[in-house]
Amino acid sequence: MQTHNGPESADDAGRQSRRRLSKRILPYAMLSPAVLVTLTIVFLPMLQTAWMSLHEYVLFRPKEFKFIGFDNFVAALQDEVFWISLKHTIIWIGVTIPGQMLLGLVTALLLNQEFRWRALARALIIIPWALPSVVIALMWVWIYDSNYGVLNDFMLRLGLVEQAVPWLADPDLALGAIILTLTWQGFPFFAVMILAGLQSIPKSYYEAASLDGASAWRQFWHITLPGISGVLVTAVLLRTIWVANSFDVIFVMTGGGPGYSTYTLPLYAFIKARTNLDFGYGSALAVLFTFLLMGLVLIYLRRTGKAVQ
Amino acid sequence: MALGKMPTSRRLLIVELPMLLILAFALGPYIWMFITSVTDESRLFTEGPSIIGATIDNYTRLFRTVGFGDNLLDSFIVASGTVVVGLSLSVTAAYSFSRFSFKGKRVLMLQFLLINMFPLVLLILPLFVLMRVLGLLDTHLALIIANSTIAIPFSVWMMISYMNGIPRSLDEAAMTDGCTRMGALRRVVLPLCVPGIIATGIYIFITSWNEYLYALTLGGRNVRPITVAVQTLIGEYEIQWGLLTAGGIVGAMPATVLFLLVQKRLISGLTQGAVKG
Repeated sequence: MQTHNGPESADDAGRQSRRRLSKRILPYAMLSPAVLVTLTIVFLPMLQTAWMSLHEYVLFRPKEFKFIGFDNFVAALQDEVFWISLKHTIIWIGVTIPGQMLLGLVTALLLNQEFRWRALARALIIIPWALPSVVIALMWVWIYDSNYGVLNDFMLRLGLVEQAVPWLADPDLALGAIILTLTWQGFPFFAVMILAGLQSIPKSYYEAASLDGASAWRQFWHITLPGISGVLVTAVLLRTIWVANSFDVIFVMTGGGPGYSTYTLPLYAFIKARTNLDFGYGSALAVLFTFLLMGLVLIYLRRTGKAVQ
Repeated sequence: MALGKMPTSRRLLIVELPMLLILAFALGPYIWMFITSVTDESRLFTEGPSIIGATIDNYTRLFRTVGFGDNLLDSFIVASGTVVVGLSLSVTAAYSFSRFSFKGKRVLMLQFLLINMFPLVLLILPLFVLMRVLGLLDTHLALIIANSTIAIPFSVWMMISYMNGIPRSLDEAAMTDGCTRMGALRRVVLPLCVPGIIATGIYIFITSWNEYLYALTLGGRNVRPITVAVQTLIGEYEIQWGLLTAGGIVGAMPATVLFLLVQKRLISGLTQGAVKG
């Protein structure tokens, strides 16, 4: 019996261990295509940016790929335009994000009420967010047009200004005009996120609070705000990172001008590489900007990482 | 706030009127662009944009003289290609994340999230150098690859949230009936995921269609997607706002229509992760 059983159970054990092995490998096997592709087209190129940033690399002089250590970074920190761009980036985020959030919050609170055309309003409100950035830039350039733009027309008629204002050509106004455009583009995202948060708050909380005689304002402060705080933080982090990164609307609307008045850091890096073909310095600017942003990214990842667990 | 049962007049004043104003702000620029695009060019600067006497003159000019048809085709090829790449790579990955627990899962998941946080400018420079070396500049493939850097991580996360909504017991039942893991994925999970796959695909299509900076940097001459074409219009026909706005309307059309079609499902997928977090 035993001799008869021996090889069979060994075979069984072999099959089982093979199955166990394949079970352990399967998750990785299923992941590998996506992971390998992203390694190749995302992480390797990023390493290359870091590598380029340590070199003197101008595209029309490809032979002179010279290692210069941190010279590009030192140059950046002494570059006046770098500091101007950094300042604009901070102002830009500091005004745009709160603007988007407040408008988004009001919109979400309204959309959470019951009225007959609510579904329609909810569908339409998202449109600015779905439009291509180039089209957004195009229509706002048209609105801001100093001769025929509707904004000037409107303000002249209301008597708010005495003569037509060149919104995008005036160095003092251009950044503000772009901030308004981006607030318009991004507030629907906040509205939709916050609305989802609002709908996850149980109705019974409000009923109980009304029975206790809590005013609408107290209900908002003690039930609504705590209920959506998680969503709010996530949305602010996400939007800040995205708004900081995006420069396509500015690039089309003003190209950074007039002068340097609408330069932001990623835009500066892009223009350095695209117009001056200075890939070494452009890369260094991109790397510096990434480091500045990293803090926010880490906070976001930690929050999401906890949720994943 | 539980303002559910308000008197009609009050509701009009504090809910519907503000909502109407916000909606006017959100849609105003778009509507203004549309009205401009149907105004005759000669009347635009004398009488201003107006819907009275609407004409499609600008649109016919757009396709006849500017050759917008080719640009639409380029955008379509790039966007569809990105959808195929993004979806095919992410389905198995999302299944793996959704169903198994294994070493390094958290790190691997977060690396997909991390990708979308990196500044685009960090990627655009090396991708340009890479495509130049490979001789892929100004091809559809270059743009598909570049757009995939955004599409793959995004669709992995979207698909995870859809697959988590499908009970595991269904896979297990299929496997007791003799299916392999891959069989269970193909026969049971995938068919149930179809709505999610469609929504994810449409979202990838929209973002690739709307993408501008990669298209400008890696394409531009032979391959010129609609976004680049619109931007070129701004430079070439600076004061012909009728033509320009017509270009804007056409360029934005697919994204707007598709988005309105799937917005409900899309939004629930997009917000799910954030709300749970």
